[in-house]
Amino acid sequence: MITPVEFKNVYVRLGNAVVLENITFKIADKEFLGIIGPNGGGKTTLIKTLLGLIKPFKGEVKVFGEAPESTSKLIGYVPQFSTFDMTYPISVHNVVLMGRMAVKGGKKGFNSNDEEIVKKSLEKVNLLNLSEKLIGNLSGGEKQRVLIARALASEPKLLLLDEPTASIDSNTGVLFYDLLQNLNKEITVIIISHDIGAISKYVKKIGCLNKTFVYHDSKDLTKEKIEMAYHCPIDLIAHGVPHRVLEEHHHDS
Amino acid sequence: MIPEIFQYDFMINAIVASLLASIAFGIVGSYVVVKRIIFISGGISHTAYGGIGLGILLGFDPMLGAIAFSLIAAFIISKLRNNAANNEDVLIGIMWAFGMALGILFTSMTPGYTQNLSSYLFGNILTVPREELYMMLLLDIGIVSITVIYFKEFQAITFDEEYARVIGLPVDNLYLLLLIIIALTTVVLIKLVGIILVVALLSIPASISQRYITNLRNMMLLSIAVGMVLTITGLFIAYYFNLAAGAATIILSVFAFLLSNLYLKLTNK
Repeated sequence: MITPVEFKNVYVRLGNAVVLENITFKIADKEFLGIIGPNGGGKTTLIKTLLGLIKPFKGEVKVFGEAPESTSKLIGYVPQFSTFDMTYPISVHNVVLMGRMAVKGGKKGFNSNDEEIVKKSLEKVNLLNLSEKLIGNLSGGEKQRVLIARALASEPKLLLLDEPTASIDSNTGVLFYDLLQNLNKEITVIIISHDIGAISKYVKKIGCLNKTFVYHDSKDLTKEKIEMAYHCPIDLIAHGVPHRVLEEHHHDS
Repeated sequence: MIPEIFQYDFMINAIVASLLASIAFGIVGSYVVVKRIIFISGGISHTAYGGIGLGILLGFDPMLGAIAFSLIAAFIISKLRNNAANNEDVLIGIMWAFGMALGILFTSMTPGYTQNLSSYLFGNILTVPREELYMMLLLDIGIVSITVIYFKEFQAITFDEEYARVIGLPVDNLYLLLLIIIALTTVVLIKLVGIILVVALLSIPASISQRYITNLRNMMLLSIAVGMVLTITGLFIAYYFNLAAGAATIILSVFAFLLSNLYLKLTNK
């Protein structure tokens, strides 16, 4: 089995600042990895490196054994929906259809096979009934699921989500993670978030990113790990995520 | 009995020009509105003024100068946006002012220049010659063809540029192509409403349409229709009340925009 993602001593620079330093990790097939870290800790840069949008100046990144630029089709990327314009006149169906462009490129027309895949993708996220609705008329949780369906439409082997629960309420969030766990039965999932509490309950492994990456082959989220990532444990407790709660989650699983 | 207004060649030309221009700014304006690049479009159109001035000074067709300068502006903007260290907004603002200043400088250096500059700033649709109509027709054919060919790609980059990049579309080239058709549309609109008012015709019909439709293609078609109604009505108002056509069209458009929003508010849409 080819390793879905492998970073070997990767350094990434943005302008003059080194944003990622000596990142080394490897994940297994059908993994469900959560990556947490503070804002400015390099989460977005890590995503862009993984997608081949930024090249590291040192080290090596491999996605399914190849350079990330040539494997963009294998990654289903789910951005934060809150970052783009939702007044855009486009139906749910047509957004998901864009996922097919990842496979076919721009010039080829869509055929019945594409339509079938779009339908299946919408079924997986339970949105088939809203197919013809304008994207702007959906709730936050529904919009996020549309973006997952779009990613699924490209039939990826790896699903990569950037802060997926940032703009949805916690109830919707629970359903959302259930959905991800379901999808994880078939594909590898990486989720990047600052939402430590929610993430640690659902993912199989967890890593902490703050310029450097702390990752062990377990979900055990120790106080030391978080402190190393955030350099600020007091903040964590103030936000209602005390160390104790995380340990309990660990025992639940 | 033909109404008096249709007996003048210049009126027929003005009507045809309005209809042709509506096609261009209905399509391009829809992209400008959904991608929210009105300011960029304003920057491109104002930079064109430098080219007009240069044309007047050196004695070639000012419209050629406008085309050259607006295309250069489109290239510069497409390069600027990937340069993270620059503030895109500031640089567009600088280019905007610099183009205008060059235009004023060039025309002031032209010996004995007395032609009314306001026809470039505010448009003068009643003086559009027949050859210009052919140029507009050509531009329309170009814009419609490009839009038909690249509809999916333009939709992808205007809806979610980052995703388009991730799935491997040539985003930078597509964006440049979009800026080029914006630049060419801008130049054609200069004759109609002038540089200063171009921004209004790119944005208002498309903004009105956006609220009534559910997909980009229909938004374009409705924008074209709205644009035709507004420009022709503006032209008639200008003719019968002896007003400046460009200004009358824009004021009418703003009222239409406000009325449309009021209607949507009252009907709770």
